[in-house]
Amino acid sequence: MAKRTTKPVKPSLPSSEDIYRATLPNGIIVLARANFSNPSISMGGYLPAGSIFESDKKLGLADFVASSLMRGTQKRGFDSIYNELESVGASLGFDSGVHNVSFGGRALVEDLPLLLKLLSESLRTPTFPNDEVEKLRAQLLTGLSLRAQDTSDMAGLEFDRMLFDDHPYGRPGDGFVETIQAITRDDMEEFHRRYFGPKGMIIALVGAIEPKKAVDAIARVLGGWQVADQVSAPELPQHKPIKKTVKHHHKIAGKTQSDLVIGTIGPRRRDPEFISASLGNSVLGQFGMMGRIGDVVREKSGLAYYASSSLHAGTGPGTWDVSAGVNPKNLAKAIGLIEKELRRFVKSGVTKEELADSQANYIGRLPLSLESNGGVTNAILNIERYGLGLDYYPRYESMVRVVTRADVLETARKYINPDRLVISTAGP
Amino acid sequence: MLLKIGFFMPKSLLPITSNGNFWRQMTNNITQTTLKNGMKIMLKEIHTAPIISSWMWYRVGSRDEPTGKTGVSHWTEHMQFKGTKKFPANMLDKFISREGGRWNASTSHDSTRYYETMPADKIDLALRLEADRMMNSIFDAKEVASERTVIISEREGHENEPLFKLSEAMHQAAFRVHPYHHEIIGDKADLHTITRDDLYNHYRAYYVPNNATLTMAGDFETKAMLKRIKELFEPIPKGATPPRLIRPEPEQNGEVRFSVEGPGETTFIQIAYRFPIASHPDYFPLQVLDSLLGGASGLSYKTSRFYRSLVDTEYAVDVSAWSEATIDPYLYRIAITNHPKRSPEEILAVFDSEIKKIQDELVSKAEITRAVKQACAVFAYSSENITNQAFWMGYAEIFATYDWFVKYLDSLAKVTPKDIQRVAREYFQPNKRVVGTYIPKGLEA
Repeated sequence: MAKRTTKPVKPSLPSSEDIYRATLPNGIIVLARANFSNPSISMGGYLPAGSIFESDKKLGLADFVASSLMRGTQKRGFDSIYNELESVGASLGFDSGVHNVSFGGRALVEDLPLLLKLLSESLRTPTFPNDEVEKLRAQLLTGLSLRAQDTSDMAGLEFDRMLFDDHPYGRPGDGFVETIQAITRDDMEEFHRRYFGPKGMIIALVGAIEPKKAVDAIARVLGGWQVADQVSAPELPQHKPIKKTVKHHHKIAGKTQSDLVIGTIGPRRRDPEFISASLGNSVLGQFGMMGRIGDVVREKSGLAYYASSSLHAGTGPGTWDVSAGVNPKNLAKAIGLIEKELRRFVKSGVTKEELADSQANYIGRLPLSLESNGGVTNAILNIERYGLGLDYYPRYESMVRVVTRADVLETARKYINPDRLVISTAGP
Repeated sequence: MLLKIGFFMPKSLLPITSNGNFWRQMTNNITQTTLKNGMKIMLKEIHTAPIISSWMWYRVGSRDEPTGKTGVSHWTEHMQFKGTKKFPANMLDKFISREGGRWNASTSHDSTRYYETMPADKIDLALRLEADRMMNSIFDAKEVASERTVIISEREGHENEPLFKLSEAMHQAAFRVHPYHHEIIGDKADLHTITRDDLYNHYRAYYVPNNATLTMAGDFETKAMLKRIKELFEPIPKGATPPRLIRPEPEQNGEVRFSVEGPGETTFIQIAYRFPIASHPDYFPLQVLDSLLGGASGLSYKTSRFYRSLVDTEYAVDVSAWSEATIDPYLYRIAITNHPKRSPEEILAVFDSEIKKIQDELVSKAEITRAVKQACAVFAYSSENITNQAFWMGYAEIFATYDWFVKYLDSLAKVTPKDIQRVAREYFQPNKRVVGTYIPKGLEA
């Protein structure tokens, strides 16, 4: 081992010591953290205007609105917005989910005022110009025709549909051809008028700026935003339990590979067992070369290039699933191997060594996930969104270490029942 | 390993003009040396986080593969994760992962590279691993057999994508003689027939210290690190100079057009012009030209000339353009997702008029300055990450020298509107291009 004479750098984890949190008078919550090692800044955030507000007939409306925000505002047109941004190498974009419309951007710190000005204009005064909306509609429809040909997208889409049935989580955020065609410009304006506003909005800024100055800069452009009748999101309905294993194959002709998704409901991000579930999932299908699933499906059987498990945990019920891409003739074999692994997982859990490996991995990799401004922005947004506390990262190591084999087994059994799975496949 | 086929570099990697100190910080204070066995070492201390990233570069890629052995570089890269006696296959991942490390590898046309990014106090493990697998990988026959089907599966996943099919046919059409003519993953026929010995011989021929460069960035002390590197790598004997497959592509005489058919409802067009090697003086004006036409990589490109002329006007729903820095002359490619209402001929006519415009009319200096600033910002974002910093150090070494990277700012600043016009006229000639179309045959194809 190399001996060193300089003092090693200590990990600098975001904490209450250096995350500055402020609430603007209109309710917007601002989080900021400085990083002067680089001349750039990263910005991200969200507001509660997601697809949960959509009717079945207008699926994709929130997404369409989010995609239209930068197509024209009261002050400038599409070309002018992008010209300002791109001329300085800055970027800004919007996306939508079930609960929120989210945004993200980055710039050199000297261009932060420009970035915030365009964010504010896009959020507050979009005009949805007719010609731009129609251009975008054609692009969205082409996106849907490409989605229809994508085995991974379609296996995932059908998996969500079967797992969540008519729950908002079971609907595709980008809608269907007929629902995108049904959305009018008036629908978009109305959606924006009812659901966009400062209430529930969070914004985080990380980079080469003093946190207090960051808050001031945000307050200057968004502090005056008032929407008196901003509609709050409805309660998330209960989802129906899965009573037995259900299977569905979505046929896509002419493909050389099939995709599969097998899984069930997982914990919410703020559930106390989330870290146990996450460590268990690491052993199941993440650690090293995609954990036990990767070992069985890829390394030992050579059936797939990718085969792993994932935990998708958010505001409401999450998903816990295994996905893989395999030759169509090996589909049944791969499903059999995965089901067998899931049975083993809930029968005997993880070994002491497996758990220790994943715990060490989680603790050791933390500085890597937090080295870029974008990584820190996401981290502090998650802290806020799921109420994890500003000292989540300093506490993280002890929260990971305290998890036992019994915790993992209990959590696995709580969520995974190998006789009640959703099995979705797509391919020829 | 979960590799990315072809590790595309951002279209332009430019320094920060608005913050010259940043660029100097980025490119200065790099220690370079060559070990007695010919292995090149590049070290850069960065003390912003307790992280070190280490990259091992081998000068071998799909460019070195003869017909019958296509894909052998990429497959060898997979086999480098299958273990040595000291680091057995099932333990390798564990060793790295339980220290919280991140590692991966990728194969490109011209190089194969392996990286580990680790907590700073654990980097020794990565160095020991790389030193060991430079010469002691086992290439067990059973592992070779299981990896064969994994790689075929990887290829079948690509074949699901219309754009892969189009890209593969583009390489076949653009390169009849030069080995850039096959995809990095290899032809299926060869993936069925390559043997364990083919892989092992490839490994022994190219994985020698005199064909390798180690680049490291992060929280270490250079003198101590260099001492450790010498301890680990200098005992590895120098190998024979690796063979090179030299088959220059003959000049193209006349436009080549082809079509590929497959399932789906969307038509795609890909156009390829021939670009010079990265160390050619025209490389820099061509990079600026690419920024104007296709936009800066890593940013939105909605004010690029191609976007304005094709997407804003509803001839296409998307367009992107890119080149790669290569050892031998390669391609500048433009990929268009057609608007369903437009025919490929209509789209090509608009595309051609845009090319003519940049050949006929001088661009403004302001456009060049703008392209420089865009790329500067992209480079600043990229350098937030220590893994990227170690990557950039080795990148230029494959096709030029590190000096190419250091002088990037100067090289770009020298580009004039007349340079842009000259290279646009010289390289965008219709009789030297290839145009391919993906024709969708519907949902039941």
